[in-house]
Amino acid sequence: MQKEAKEFFNTRFHEQPVNGSALAGFRQQGLDMFNKLGIPAVKHEEWKYTRVNALFNNDLTYNLDASGISKAELDSFRLPQTANATSLVLVNGVYSPELSDIKHSVKDLLVLPLETAAAGEYGAIVKKHLGHSAAYHPDGIHALNTAFTHGGIFILGKSNRVITEPVYIYHITDSRSGFAFAQPRILAYAEQQCELQLVEYYGTIGNEGSFTNEVIEIVAEAASVLDYYKIQHEGPHANHVGTTHVRQLGKCLTNAVTISLSGGLIRNNLNMIMESERGESHMYGLYLLNGKTHVDNHTIVDNVQPNCFSNELYKGIMDEKSTGVFNGKIFVRQDAQKTNAYQSNKNILLGDASSVNTKPQLEIFADDVKCSHGCTIGRLDEEALFYLRTRGISEKNAQSLMLHAFAVDILENIKPQALKVFVDHIISERLDFNF
Amino acid sequence: MLKIKNLHAGIEGKKILNGINLEIKAGEVHAIMGPNGSGKSTLASVLAGRENFEVTGGSVELFDKDLLATSPEDRARAGMFLAFQYPVEIPGVSTTNFIKTAVNECRKYRGQEPLDAVAFLKMMKEKMKLVHIDQSLLSRSLNEGFSGGEKKRNEIFQMAMLEPKLAILDETDSGLDIDALRIVANGVNSYRNGENAFLVVTHYQRLLDYIVPDFVHVLYNGRIVKSGTKDLALELEEKGYDFIKNEVELTLNV
Ligand SMILES: Nc1ncnc2c1ncn2[C@@H]1O[C@H](COP(=O)(O)OP(=O)(O)O)[C@@H](O)[C@H]1O
Ligand SMILES: [Mg+2]
Repeated sequence: MQKEAKEFFNTRFHEQPVNGSALAGFRQQGLDMFNKLGIPAVKHEEWKYTRVNALFNNDLTYNLDASGISKAELDSFRLPQTANATSLVLVNGVYSPELSDIKHSVKDLLVLPLETAAAGEYGAIVKKHLGHSAAYHPDGIHALNTAFTHGGIFILGKSNRVITEPVYIYHITDSRSGFAFAQPRILAYAEQQCELQLVEYYGTIGNEGSFTNEVIEIVAEAASVLDYYKIQHEGPHANHVGTTHVRQLGKCLTNAVTISLSGGLIRNNLNMIMESERGESHMYGLYLLNGKTHVDNHTIVDNVQPNCFSNELYKGIMDEKSTGVFNGKIFVRQDAQKTNAYQSNKNILLGDASSVNTKPQLEIFADDVKCSHGCTIGRLDEEALFYLRTRGISEKNAQSLMLHAFAVDILENIKPQALKVFVDHIISERLDFNF
Repeated sequence: MLKIKNLHAGIEGKKILNGINLEIKAGEVHAIMGPNGSGKSTLASVLAGRENFEVTGGSVELFDKDLLATSPEDRARAGMFLAFQYPVEIPGVSTTNFIKTAVNECRKYRGQEPLDAVAFLKMMKEKMKLVHIDQSLLSRSLNEGFSGGEKKRNEIFQMAMLEPKLAILDETDSGLDIDALRIVANGVNSYRNGENAFLVVTHYQRLLDYIVPDFVHVLYNGRIVKSGTKDLALELEEKGYDFIKNEVELTLNV
């Protein structure tokens, strides 16, 4: 299997017309890494519970090409109340300027094809930051994305600009003509004192199945505020491995909210690299799963510099045969004294065949730090259910009330109101919550 | 209204109620007193339908229907209410949302139209005054971070909203200072109308100065060992529970 996959991707690598691109060397490094590391098997510690190699077990007839979708097809995926917002559209991982619509002023926001950015004025920034996440993910999946960097996006939030409307990034996978394999690559850069919100949303057309292997790297400069939202709500044949890598280069605030509502096999890597003193980051996650959906959240908070604060709360509800994985790493390097890092993961198992694996991992090399972590796996509190029922509320409604309460706790952290309402609507429907 | 006959119940093989007999008629107020651990809360829980207690014998009827075969929600809808000794905190569930759901589920069962927002708010305002409860409390999560007194007042507020025919108050007086006790008792008294009945569980006689019972029963080792009028409560207050214990042991030894 490994051999066939390697051959397949090596052949396809040489077919892509990127000679002369400013990213040719970068891609080549990715391919070399991929050939060296291969596709992670279950014995790979980081991939123990997420059998990503199973996605490579079919006949390797991936469609790696860009695809044309119509504006109307795109519109069926649009989030509500976003008509006036900037939307960036990638189809099968390739940026489509024609389908995209940039509403922000160039004084606030700049969007360029990644290749163009690498070759021009922003070449130095791209060179410096693109690929920083590789060191955190020494595996062939990450390397494969690098090898196939093509049609990516560079997003620049300008200094001193408070950008109130979020930037919506739509990843549309078109699997109508076969299993689609998308490898989006994004680099976003928030200059000093810039406030920038990014929303990533995923959709699939067609029933053939898809695999999105994404890497987004985000750099936040001093006094910037960066809010990042990742909303996953795809069909059961849509698979996803994504790395969101956030670097804090100056004292700033970064927030990430990851919501997984449906899909096939999903792995979300979220890294917060606290490279400046007094940085602050918040990470929230909600996975509400049913069917056979598998969602694996791997998070890393890397405290490089002292006095940083991070808070992390992930919550999951697993029904039917769904599975959840949470792995939260906190590194505190030797210089990172007075780190405050908090982490909590709470799970409710509803289905008899559902399961969750949760593991905190603290590696602390400084002595004056405050770190805490906790995880719970349980069912709904019987005492509370009984209390509600003694007031005449049916068992089913009591359960809905409590599950919804458990979940909305995370939704409170979604600042764009329309997005919050959209997610709450899906959750309420799934939980039969209609009060 | 309520007929309890030779009720036996326990948990995990441990016997707690050992043959309770009690009949409550419309309009009556019954008080159950007894030392800690005698089974008062267990009786209240079994009546409300807590499933982790196992009923091992006897029967309970509410309005001539088998209560023990009924779900907790249907008991509530049929007109039973339990004010918990320890009301449960439920983070994330808004108190108002919860009460509205409860009121309308009960109304539906009783064949009444659901209350619209205006009628519901009007009713809330009225009942809030009754127990001196503040709007700000009701906009918070259910019982979360409420003080002991606030939790107890919230129980009586819920009782007033749900308009039960039989209200069981489990140590609603415990942890209340004298002012809060008066407020809670006034709430209960103004709900009395000669039709609805009360089962007031208390450890101390104090509450019964305000909510005057028609009958007082003493529960000991899962059995009603003595019944009387409100004077029995005063006697207990004066002599302590040891007098009952001695009396019971004497009769058992004969
Ligand atoms: N959930 C339970 N599990 C085990 N024992 C219990 C439980 N609830 C009550 N008991 C026991 O049953 C007895 C009666 O308790 P309870 O009904 O709470 O008494 P009271 O309310 O009169 O103080 C006590 O011995 C108590 O320890
Ligand atoms: Mg008790």
